[in-house]
Amino acid sequence: MSQLLEKLTMPAPAKLRDLIRQIRSVRTQAEERAVIEKECASIRGMFREEDNTYRCRNVAKLLYIHMLGYPAHFGQLECLKLIASPRFTDKRIGYLGAALLLDERQDVHLLVTNSLKNDLNHNTQFVVGLALGTLGNICSVEMSRDLAGEVEKLLKSSNAYIKKKAALCAVRIIRKVPELMEMFLPATKNLLNEKNHGVLLTAVCLITEMCDKSPDALAHFRKQNKMVPQLVRILKNLIMAGYSPEHDVSGVSDPFLQVRILRLLRLLGKNDSEASEAMNDILAQVATNTETTKNVGNSILYETVLTIMDIKSESGLRVLAVNILGRFLLNNDKNIRYVALNSLLKTVQTDLNAVQRHRSTIVDCLKDPDISIRKRAMELSFALVNSNNVRGMMKELIFFLEKADAIFKVDCTSNICIAADKYAPNKRWHIDTMLKVLSTSGSYVRDDVIAHMISLVSEASSLQAYTVQHLFRAIQEDTTQQPLVQVASWCVGEYGDLLMSGQVEEEEPLQVTEDEVLDTLEKIMNSSGSTAVTKSFTLTAIMKLSTRFTQTIPRIQALMDQFGSSVDMELQQRSVEFGKLFKSYDHMRSGLLERMPPLDAKVGSKGDGEGANTNGETTAVSPPTSPAVKQEEGNALLDLLGGGPSPAPVIPQMEKPAAPPAANNDLLGDLLGLDLTSPAPGPAPIVPGMSAPQPQMDMLGGLMDGVAAQPAGQMSANNLGIPSLTAYEKNGLKIEFSFQRDNSNANVAIITLTATNSTDTPMNEFVFQAAVPKTFQLQLQSPSGSVVPPSNMGVVTQVIKILNPQKAPIRMRIKLTYNYKGTDINDMGEVNSFPAALWQ
Amino acid sequence: MIKAIVVFNNHGKPRLIKFFQHYNEDMQQQIVRETFHLVSKRDENVCNFLEGGSLIGGSDYKIIYRHYATLYFVFCVDSSESELGILDLIQVFVETLDKAFENVCELDLIFHVDKVHYILQELVMGGMVLETNMTEIVTRIEEQSKLEKSEAGLAGAPARVVSAAKNLDLPKLPSNIQLPNLPSFR
Repeated sequence: MSQLLEKLTMPAPAKLRDLIRQIRSVRTQAEERAVIEKECASIRGMFREEDNTYRCRNVAKLLYIHMLGYPAHFGQLECLKLIASPRFTDKRIGYLGAALLLDERQDVHLLVTNSLKNDLNHNTQFVVGLALGTLGNICSVEMSRDLAGEVEKLLKSSNAYIKKKAALCAVRIIRKVPELMEMFLPATKNLLNEKNHGVLLTAVCLITEMCDKSPDALAHFRKQNKMVPQLVRILKNLIMAGYSPEHDVSGVSDPFLQVRILRLLRLLGKNDSEASEAMNDILAQVATNTETTKNVGNSILYETVLTIMDIKSESGLRVLAVNILGRFLLNNDKNIRYVALNSLLKTVQTDLNAVQRHRSTIVDCLKDPDISIRKRAMELSFALVNSNNVRGMMKELIFFLEKADAIFKVDCTSNICIAADKYAPNKRWHIDTMLKVLSTSGSYVRDDVIAHMISLVSEASSLQAYTVQHLFRAIQEDTTQQPLVQVASWCVGEYGDLLMSGQVEEEEPLQVTEDEVLDTLEKIMNSSGSTAVTKSFTLTAIMKLSTRFTQTIPRIQALMDQFGSSVDMELQQRSVEFGKLFKSYDHMRSGLLERMPPLDAKVGSKGDGEGANTNGETTAVSPPTSPAVKQEEGNALLDLLGGGPSPAPVIPQMEKPAAPPAANNDLLGDLLGLDLTSPAPGPAPIVPGMSAPQPQMDMLGGLMDGVAAQPAGQMSANNLGIPSLTAYEKNGLKIEFSFQRDNSNANVAIITLTATNSTDTPMNEFVFQAAVPKTFQLQLQSPSGSVVPPSNMGVVTQVIKILNPQKAPIRMRIKLTYNYKGTDINDMGEVNSFPAALWQ
Repeated sequence: MIKAIVVFNNHGKPRLIKFFQHYNEDMQQQIVRETFHLVSKRDENVCNFLEGGSLIGGSDYKIIYRHYATLYFVFCVDSSESELGILDLIQVFVETLDKAFENVCELDLIFHVDKVHYILQELVMGGMVLETNMTEIVTRIEEQSKLEKSEAGLAGAPARVVSAAKNLDLPKLPSNIQLPNLPSFR
């Protein structure tokens, strides 16, 4: 009685439509929230009281609230209660709620599974339909295993309404638990004989899923089931059938079924010539007979084209397909153009030439106002670039890049860089393209593009002046695009002298002074828009300019001091190191800041060739620098690119300086071979070596934040007794150097050569020649004789004086000629291991 | 496979949300907002496909939509669906709604969101197309409504009894009885 009374006192809950009206009448978000909170509280209350009468209404309201984005999970169990109710109305809303509200909680799923099992055996088709629909939506692994048997039974039902739903449930089950597939295989046999299009549609869907998931099933359907002729027959009936109001969609008979069948044919015909053969005719028929004025017709054509492209179709058919796509590209409907681009993208790998024919249309699509179409057109354009059309395509793509949305730019720039790298007709074009990319969308390029561009410039020695001018102009105008500024800084630093020289062909020479260049770089250093990496690039560039420029060195030095107090650790360290270079190691500055060798991996061979070419000229391009310098700069560059201040990579590099010197040695060999007698003609490279440049390494060690370069003990140079050195030992001829510092001039090292002969035959006409890098001056005094007596019986001595004003490590190339047993012997060698005490 | 079907109006108010893959509620709302943001910016004369919704799917997924008067019908699908086919499907969905509601408008969708769900259930199931024959769908929906109505005749009785009892003018009415809150009857 009290319960009844309670019931009586409770007001009936608002109807769904009243709640909706109420929500619609509120003005603000806050009011809406208040209304919904109040309603939710009342719904909760009724749920708690186990109210059966209005549960259905409450859940319906809750679903509406859920759609608006408010939490409604507390209704989950109520949905389950509704499902368990015998009333169809309750079940219906309960299943709807289950589909919308249930999360992935296992325990709730278990409860649903039980109700589903009951309802799948219900005698009302709509209840079974509801259960199947819910199963198809949720379909967890456990549910699949528990209910697969029921679904399989329903798949054989005579009721089309149930059959089609069961087929889709089977698809979901197979997707979740592939091993359950075998259970459904026999049932598929009769599905395609159905008349009902819903069943056909879902059956094709089920078979497609099976073929997709298992190659065994695919083979089964191909061979045993004669699937292809069956599908061909259905398709033929569809296109031949007259107007049927039930399945007509804008004048085409059931396009959905046609599309599904075409998709399944694609799977069956792929890599199977027999199956492909069987469907060639029908595909041609569909391709020619389909009405194309409406979207539906085009969707079938599109599907047909994809199928033709995927199977082993006849060549005539393929041409037909690509032509259809070509027609699509010219279609007024954007959607059609979009799918055409999409499918051309898919076929571009297999039918490149066919697609190339539509290149101009595709390029036109780059200018389409529609972003989706532009995106596809961009992808397709890049796929079509080859060495024949690269100039034209790149022109279009760079034009596109200038106007492109920001989201395209990153992809577009890196694709342009890749394509330019792959197909560049020449270096000049390549650099021009990269310059355009950097200046039009510099902010969007990736870091690897920066490194790539730098190595590109460093390799193209004849274009360096041109490039640096362009880049300098670009940063004079705009310093906001960091990657551009980074590349430009590097180039200005490296080729700053070329900027002044005005040696550029076909270009109006740039009129700049050293101060203007430094102004620009300083502006970058002080700009708040510059990143730390950019500033590091620029600082290094300014430092390098101290050896390229002649009049502004004090200013550079002042700049270094200024940034020595930078708050940025990296910048501060760099500038302090560079400042130190000015003050304590000024004699080595020019060597350390020598121009970088080409940065490419092919550096050995390239450097050799270029170096040799330029030797004849005066000093246009100096040959590669010593490895130590390379390491220093290379490392700085590594740092810059890596963005990290860690100097760690220097260690492995230091330990293997042997590789690059090989090339340099040859180079020097050539050089010396040309002109041995006059002391060090032409540009004199610092010949690299394993152990000679001790002080440099020491200093580097210091520079590199205490990275141990090499144990100092090895050279243990005390000025008093400088240890002697064996400069050459071969075929019994041994040449020893003993050393002495000139007392009158500390810059002069005196080397006394002692040649001995351990063979039993004298060596006649002995001539010793030597060459040193340009920074030294060499004086060879006349030898004590021209015959080296046998069996160490006597010696030939000769005095060599080396003037070393810069106190640089001495390196020497030697050449020996003598006559031994009647034959002339020529030999060359290199001496790098001079003790440091000789010049320190 | 169809991942989600969302209907919202020109202001982004959701009118139907149906996901075929589980997302929690916040995520669902976020997806709706993002989709609205993407779709509403687009001109009428651009194509009906959109790529690059960040929340749902990733690169394999596309947004395919149609705009009817005040409503956007948005389908989010993966690459196994034909883009043009989905456009046709949206058309079939809308035409079916039109048949079922007789000149459908936004208000129908608002006040009969459950019915819209039921129609959708006959059209798409578990993210796959189930039936495209509009007559068949409408017939089935009508049959089910009839079933509900027949139940309402029988099973609706208790509810009527309750409300009848409430209106009874009982003399021994407890004095502390709370009168129904009138505004809730509105």
